[in-house]
Amino acid sequence: MTQLIKIKKGLDINLKGKPQETTKGSITSEYYTIYPDDYCGFVPKVAVKVGDKVLAGTPVFYDKNRPSIKVVAPVSGEITAVNRGEKRRLLNVIIKADDSTQYEDFGKKDVKSLSSQTIKTALAEAGILATVKQRPYDIVANPEDSPRDIFVSGFYSTPLAPNFEYILKGQESDFQTGLDALAKITEGSVYLSVRPDASSTLKSAKGVTVVEFSGPHPAGNASVQINNIKPINKGEIVWAVDPQDVITIGKLFNKGIVDFTRLISLVGSEVKEDARCYYQMITGASINTLVKGNVTEGIDLRYISGNVLTGTQISSNDSLHAGNNQITVIPEGDEVNEFVGWISPGLNKFSVSKTYPAFLIEPLTKKEYTIDARIKGGKRAMIMSNEWDKVFPMDILPEFLIRAIIAFDIDKMENLGIYEVAPEDFALCEFVDTSKMELQTIVRQGLDLLYKEMN
Amino acid sequence: MEFLRKYLDKIKPNFEPGGKLQMFNSVFDGFETFLFVPNKTSKKGVHIHDAIDSKRTMSIVVIALLPCLLFGMYNTGFQHYLAIGQNPGFWETFLYGMLAVLPIVVVSYVVGLGIEFIVAQIKGHEIQEGFLVSGILIPLIVPVDTPLWMIALATAFSVIFAKEVFGGTGYNIWNVALIARAFLFFAYPSKMSGETVFVRTDSTFGLGGGQVVDTFSGATPLGQIGSSSVPVEVTNTMGEALSYWDMFLGLIPGSIGETSTLCILIGAIILLVTGIGNWRTMLSVFVGGVATVLMFNAIGTTSAMQVSVGEQILLGGFAFGAVFMATDPVTSPRTQTGKYIFGFLIGFFAICVRVLNPGYPEGMMLAILFMNSFAPLIDHYVVEANISRRLKRATVKGGNNE
Repeated sequence: MTQLIKIKKGLDINLKGKPQETTKGSITSEYYTIYPDDYCGFVPKVAVKVGDKVLAGTPVFYDKNRPSIKVVAPVSGEITAVNRGEKRRLLNVIIKADDSTQYEDFGKKDVKSLSSQTIKTALAEAGILATVKQRPYDIVANPEDSPRDIFVSGFYSTPLAPNFEYILKGQESDFQTGLDALAKITEGSVYLSVRPDASSTLKSAKGVTVVEFSGPHPAGNASVQINNIKPINKGEIVWAVDPQDVITIGKLFNKGIVDFTRLISLVGSEVKEDARCYYQMITGASINTLVKGNVTEGIDLRYISGNVLTGTQISSNDSLHAGNNQITVIPEGDEVNEFVGWISPGLNKFSVSKTYPAFLIEPLTKKEYTIDARIKGGKRAMIMSNEWDKVFPMDILPEFLIRAIIAFDIDKMENLGIYEVAPEDFALCEFVDTSKMELQTIVRQGLDLLYKEMN
Repeated sequence: MEFLRKYLDKIKPNFEPGGKLQMFNSVFDGFETFLFVPNKTSKKGVHIHDAIDSKRTMSIVVIALLPCLLFGMYNTGFQHYLAIGQNPGFWETFLYGMLAVLPIVVVSYVVGLGIEFIVAQIKGHEIQEGFLVSGILIPLIVPVDTPLWMIALATAFSVIFAKEVFGGTGYNIWNVALIARAFLFFAYPSKMSGETVFVRTDSTFGLGGGQVVDTFSGATPLGQIGSSSVPVEVTNTMGEALSYWDMFLGLIPGSIGETSTLCILIGAIILLVTGIGNWRTMLSVFVGGVATVLMFNAIGTTSAMQVSVGEQILLGGFAFGAVFMATDPVTSPRTQTGKYIFGFLIGFFAICVRVLNPGYPEGMMLAILFMNSFAPLIDHYVVEANISRRLKRATVKGGNNE
């Protein structure tokens, strides 16, 4: 029987702007941008120069410390810019796309006949391994590691998240091939997490252990699933793969090409209603044509590649970042001046705290909220306790872990579970925090420092 | 509110670095964020935030304290007119009490906020709202006849030495308001207990003049219990017996805000419904207190040991401390399990001090301050328990793999 894990702690933020389940064609752009910052734990070394011609699948940069890990071009074309910032830090690489994409040929392969190492090497060569995250440290996976287990979440639980079941339609065989490849890599299991009401396609996936998760966000986060299924102990390495990347893996072996086309959703309160749906898009494509004419005019908007909790702020000319499955548009809110808002009743305010009366009527109305990007308060020391515990469904004391990270007390961090977490797991804590602390940043810095210290 | 916003925007440059009033930057910022929710948007991390902030949190506590404050004002007048044998009606009674209590509130806020503003300016950070709560708690836990200069001194002492030296709001070890009370208690003991301080017998701003009637005694019920060697029936200031209902309503002598269990209950409901106060702490203080009273009742060798559960809970600062002081998130343990232990021991020690200590009839203040000191230790053991459970998990899994 399938195991069912009930997540009780957490929070679904009922935002306005959910996508309808229709696909409105594909979005192409003239230029494609690759951001090395999307690949954590990666020290980028550029493999191309301006003017070079690349194919979809040609390495653009590789990791200086682990050269076998590569990030490849998502489309074919010409490198037009290698932009650097302070201290020559690589900001991005821009490719001017050809009219039709030419692919590097990696050769069709039958996964069943391949060895674990061959698959890992193939994934690294094709730049797909760079999208696989390992725990601990929440960094890019290394082909030299043998992960204890691999976790694939078959659903998204973040605010306004796309529905993976919808994305999966028509790509079932690639998804299965991807899972087969992952199953070969680990000596342990591939765990596929699904919702209890998932379709039989997902539930009957072969070669994997299907685990059902009910409950609010962050039920879809890999760390939460790992912590509840089989926690990580010191010295163990596990991998977490986004389900759309599993499909990409499948395509690599079934078709012999790297195809980073994803189905992304355009969502958020400021997206016009008929534009809130799914679009085919290749990682790195500019969102310019996607949002043009489709968003509210006359107010400042915030464009986010990803979701409102963990996404990256971009401009309307920037591009879809790697690993993201949605583009969210919300009001920026910097023009709003709210008179004595801290004491006013605030019927339209969303708060978990029950200090706003909205919580009384919400269960009846199922109100969808429009929330802007304001922080809505000053930064303070930790005052309220146990706020974070309510949205943190792991056997970890989040406040004490954060304290250990701030103090950089390695022993304490290890003991309190630093190896099990990723910054995204603290996103909800950051959202509900009265003291407005930047918890994800704290965790990321802590993980980076610890990685340096331990390796 | 457009004109206000425009005015603030106009004068704002003066307070920014390089402006001629930049030394008052924190003060301006304090007022600006008081009037308008900051419209600063997030640069890193999550893109949306919960609408709650520290200001709202503190304001809810202040709102929860208002019933106690208003009742305290009325009760001050009520006790006064009882003492002089008059009954001038509700509004005059309230007015007398308000005029007696308001100066204490004003002094507490002016001194406390003044220091906060100065410190914020020196350290160059935002003005933090922790004192909003402390500033109203201090007047509520002192006798009404405390001289204003003492209130000023105690407030200054606690804000500087119990809070700012530790780093400000969120960093203090002991409850700031209780430190002010403790300072008064140890520095001026004669003004903090006894028969003369809890009922104001003088006129206030010319209002309520008169002679104290012959039968008057200003002893609080706990004072009566504490000073008697035989079991006593507690009485009001006129020597009439008090029922549980009287004690619950709170028309009895005591510190300004602590007498009415009814108003404390209203405050507790506000804190619990909004989730600002922790029910675990509140509940376990009462459980600890009741268990300890029952234990003493069972021994019953002295008159103090025979005081009933109802009286111990309804009288003095027990309920007030449980609802408003023990639940202070900064000075109580931060783990949920820790809160149970913390609360239970506060209840236990408060009753122990009341029953076993011959000199002073109340124990809540010292019990809470004492347990504040142990809050980090309690947390330490709760966290250690979590760590050892997690380590055990590691060994078990390791064993399976071998």
